[in-house]
Amino acid sequence: MYELHSASKGLVSHGVTTCAGCALELIFRNVLDVLGEDTIIVIPPGCSAIFSGYGKETAIKIPGIQGTLESTAAAISGIKRGLLAQGNTHTTVLGFAGDGATLDIGLQSLSGMVERNENVVYVCYDNEAYMNTGIQGCSSTPLWASTTTTPSGKPTPSKELVRILAAHNIPYAATASVAYLTDLRRKVKKAKETEGAAVLHVQTPCPTGWRFDPAKTIELARAAVETGFWILYEFENGKFIINKKLKSFKPIEAYIKGQGRFKHLTAEEIEKLQAAVQQSYERFVNSCNAGQ
Amino acid sequence: MQKQPDGRTPELKKCRVLGPMASIFTSANTGSFRIERPVVDYDKCIKCGICARNCPGNIIEIKKEQKECVEIDYYYCKGCGICANECPQKAIAMVRERGEH
Repeated sequence: MYELHSASKGLVSHGVTTCAGCALELIFRNVLDVLGEDTIIVIPPGCSAIFSGYGKETAIKIPGIQGTLESTAAAISGIKRGLLAQGNTHTTVLGFAGDGATLDIGLQSLSGMVERNENVVYVCYDNEAYMNTGIQGCSSTPLWASTTTTPSGKPTPSKELVRILAAHNIPYAATASVAYLTDLRRKVKKAKETEGAAVLHVQTPCPTGWRFDPAKTIELARAAVETGFWILYEFENGKFIINKKLKSFKPIEAYIKGQGRFKHLTAEEIEKLQAAVQQSYERFVNSCNAGQ
Repeated sequence: MQKQPDGRTPELKKCRVLGPMASIFTSANTGSFRIERPVVDYDKCIKCGICARNCPGNIIEIKKEQKECVEIDYYYCKGCGICANECPQKAIAMVRERGEH
């Protein structure tokens, strides 16, 4: 179907102009690798639009369109219904949107999609601000992180997508991290096999926006999980399952010290942040235990 | 959507695809981003493949039968240094480029 102007090992071109050290690129390759060729993708504007390409050129070998920011979930619902009307039940329809297009602008269409329980896969790569337009803060920006619109630190904590979706009673939703690729791939496979809506929320360290050394992308993603900052869990059959339970918390410095967006924090504030992270982790574990 | 008048490949016509859509699969010379290049010390390398798995560009190949087992495609390598940082043996060094790539 495509004119191939360059060779590539997988479904994604090797020369993609994401920033050096971009975790999105690694996530995108792994997601498409698991879902395979029989996939239609919808990408809203954002960093991932680099993959859908410019003009006639594209960086992916599967069909896809670039939708609008607020309607990714509506677009994939429509494509899926269209395919079903044609009698095609095998093609996976994937929405691949950023945190702004999911948690701020696209939340209403995502909520509608989950409520209608469309049989699609939706992946939200969360780089915790509007990175593509110049690092503006958004509702998934964590507490006290500095962005261009919250230069002295965001005063409120971030939204939790999976718990919002759990309130919709979604068949399958999970968080994932780029540092745990086997876990990520397993969750993508599970999302593909789920009958009904499946949403993944993947933390995506961004060297440009978080202001850290590009080499430390995976290291920071791992530190986020080990400090309790990013919790790996799934929601399935009405129950939460924590994939990586923490016996002890790594000091929060391991996660924030390399990042420019947390550079302004004083020792006292770091201590407060540590307490806030531990508290939210423990509250989450307790609510899981209470729910079961 | 409007019908794409011409320039459609026979395959696109066969699939009754309506344009406009991207139909050329291509890549950029992202090697030009690079400031530092990864260089592997093959005496330390244990051929675990962690560098290849974590490379965002998917441009590292492990050829276990060769002595120089780690093959990096420098045309695409952006020099981010994730491979060097994740290597459990610290067998990859980031060496500064001197103008050429």
